[in-house]
Amino acid sequence: MGASGDVRYEDPWYDALASGWGESGSLSTPVVEVPTARREREDGAVAAAQVYLEVQRSAAFQEVRGRYRRFVVPATVGFFLWYVGYVVTATTAPDFMARPVAGAVNVALLAGLGQFLSTFLLTWAYARHARLRRDRAALEVRWDTQELTREARGGGGAW
Amino acid sequence: MTGNHQTLALLLFSAFVAVTLGITTWVSRERRGSAEEFYAGGRLFTPMENGFAIAGDYMSAASFLGISGLIALFGYDGLLYSVGFLVAWLVVLFLVAELVRNCGRFTLADVVAARMTERPVRIAAGTSSVTVSVLYLVAQMVGAGSLVALLLGKTGEAAQAWTVIGVGALMVIYVSWGGMRATTWIQIVKAVLLLGGTVTLTVLVLVRFHGDVDRLLLTAAERSGHGAAFLAPGLKYGGDWTARCDFMSLGLALVLGTAGLPHILSRFYTVPTARAARRSVVWSIGLIGGFYLMTIVLGFGAAAIVGSDAVRRSNAAGNTAVPLLALDLGGGADSTGGTVLFAIVAAVAFATILAVVAGITLASSASVAHDLYASLRRKHAAARSEVAVARIAAVGIGAIAIGLGLLARDLNVAFLVGLAFAVAASANLPVLLYSLFWRGFTTRGAVWAVYGGLVPALVLVLLSPVVSGSPQSLFPDVDFQFFPLQNPGLVSIPLGFLAGWLGTVTSTEVADEAKHAETEVRSLTGAGAA
Repeated sequence: MGASGDVRYEDPWYDALASGWGESGSLSTPVVEVPTARREREDGAVAAAQVYLEVQRSAAFQEVRGRYRRFVVPATVGFFLWYVGYVVTATTAPDFMARPVAGAVNVALLAGLGQFLSTFLLTWAYARHARLRRDRAALEVRWDTQELTREARGGGGAW
Repeated sequence: MTGNHQTLALLLFSAFVAVTLGITTWVSRERRGSAEEFYAGGRLFTPMENGFAIAGDYMSAASFLGISGLIALFGYDGLLYSVGFLVAWLVVLFLVAELVRNCGRFTLADVVAARMTERPVRIAAGTSSVTVSVLYLVAQMVGAGSLVALLLGKTGEAAQAWTVIGVGALMVIYVSWGGMRATTWIQIVKAVLLLGGTVTLTVLVLVRFHGDVDRLLLTAAERSGHGAAFLAPGLKYGGDWTARCDFMSLGLALVLGTAGLPHILSRFYTVPTARAARRSVVWSIGLIGGFYLMTIVLGFGAAAIVGSDAVRRSNAAGNTAVPLLALDLGGGADSTGGTVLFAIVAAVAFATILAVVAGITLASSASVAHDLYASLRRKHAAARSEVAVARIAAVGIGAIAIGLGLLARDLNVAFLVGLAFAVAASANLPVLLYSLFWRGFTTRGAVWAVYGGLVPALVLVLLSPVVSGSPQSLFPDVDFQFFPLQNPGLVSIPLGFLAGWLGTVTSTEVADEAKHAETEVRSLTGAGAA
C-alpha cells in the first residue's frame, strides 16, 4: 500500500478550508505558478465553479441523481415508517404485541426480528442497486467533471 | 469474587493492552505526522477492514453489557435498543456514508462548511461534535467502572476510580501516538475478540437449552418473575404516558443518532472511495446485526440462567448481566471453567471500552483541532501544527471524560448512550442532511440547526429526572426537574430540524447556487474527492 493510490489535484474546495495551512502531507504538492498568472488563476476558479453548475444541469448527472433518489427516497420513507410504526405500536398497543403466535413467540418478538430482517434485505438491495445501476454512470460523470475542471483552470492543475 | 477471577482477567487484559500498544508502536513507526495520516489513517483501509473497525467502534460496552443487562432485567423493552441501533445503519448507508466520504475530508464540519461562510459553521459543528463525543465517552467510562466494581466487589471503590483513570490514560496514548491508523487496528482486533466472545457465549446458552429457543424464552419469562409480560413491551416503558413517550423518544434518538456520531462519520474517511465506504457499511451492518441478535440471546439467557434478581443485586442497572452469565455458563463461581469464561468476558469488555474510547477521543480531538482551533485561533498567533493541537486536545478530552465518568458511575450504560444519540440526532443530523440535500440552505440555517438542536437537547437533559428530582438522579438531593422525559430526542430532534429551516427562511443571504451544485455533483459522483 502506498500513497500513490490517492489522486490529488489542486481544488478551490480545499483552498476554502480553514485548515488549508499546516501540514497536509502529500496534499501539498506545490503548484508551479508564474507570478503574473494570478488573475488568470482566479478567473480559472470562477470557471471551475461554473463547471459544477454545468455538470449539475447535464443529462448524465441528472440520470445518476435520479437513480439514486428513486431508490433512496421510497426506501428511506418505507423503513422509517415501518420502524416508527413498530415503536408506536409497542408503546400504545402492548396487548396486541403480547399476543402469542407460536409457543413463547409473540407478535412483539416477530416484529423485532422482522426489523432485523428488513434491515438486512434493504442493505442488500441498496448495495446491489448502487453497484449495478449507479457506480459506472457516476464514475463517468466524475471523470468528465474533473476533466472539465482542469480545463477551466487552464490545465494548470497539479495532477 | 475470588482472587482467581481477578488475576486471570487482569492477565488477559494486560495481554490486550500489550498487543494494542505493540500495534500502536508498529503502525506509527513511519509516521509522517500529516493530518491525512493522523485523522484518516492515510485513507487506505480496505472495506472489510473498515467494516470491522466500524463495527468495533459501534459495538460498545453499552451494547455488550448494557443492552443484555436491560433485556435481563426488563425483557422485551431492552430489545428496542438492539433494533434501534441496527435500523439506524440504514440512515447511514442510504443518506450519509457515500456522500460524506465524497465531499468531506476529516470531520462533519468539512461537509457543511464547504457550502457556507466557514467560520461560524465550523465552530458550531465542532462544538456539537465534541459535546456528543464527551457524552459518549462518559458512557464508556461508566461501563469500565462497573466492570471493575464487579471484579473487585465492594472493596473496589478506589479501584473503580483508578480504572477509569487508567482507561483514560491508555486511550490518550493510543490516540496521540498512533492516530487513526493505530486506532483502526485496535478496533479491528477488538471487534474480532468481541464477536468471538459473543459467539461463544451465545452457543453455550443455546447448548444449555439444547437449541430450544422456545424453552429459553419461557424459562427467562418464568425466572424474571414477570411471566409472559417479560416477553412483551411495557415492563420498563409501560404504564403512564410519560414512560411511553420516553420510549418513543429513545426510539427516535437511536435511529437518527448514529448518522450524527462524529467517530462513525470520521471512519468513512479512512477508505479510498465512496464505493469502499458503502462496502464498509455493508460489512458493518452484517457484523453489527449478527452481534445484536446474539445480545438478545445473551440477555434472555442471563434472565433464564442467572435470574433477573441476581442480576439486579449485582448491579442495579443490569450492566453486569453478561459477566455473571459467563460465570454460570462456565460451571459456576468455584469452577475453573467459570473463572476462565468470566475472566475472558471481563477482558473482552475492557478491550471494548478501551477501543471505543480511543475511537471517540480521536474523532473529538479532530473536531477540536481541525474545526475549533483552526477557526478560533487568533490571526497573529503562531500557527501551531494541527496534529500537535489534536494530540493536546486528546489529553484534555480524556481528562474531562474521566471526571464525568467518575461522577456518573451509577447510571445504566445503554441509557447514557441513548442520551449521546439524542444529542447527535438533534445537533448533527439536521445540519448534515440539509447541507447535502437542500438547495436553499444558508449559513444562518446551518448555525441555527446545530445550536437549535444542541441547546434544547442539553437543557432538557439538565431539567430531566436524570439529573435531579428522583432517587436515581445524579443529584438526588436537589430538585430542579422540569422536563418529564429522560431522553430529550422526541422534542429536541424536531427542534433541530425546525431551527435549521427557520434560520434559512429568515436569512437575507441567498444560498450560493454554484456551491450547492458543487456539493451535489461531488457528493454523488466523487469528483474531486480527497
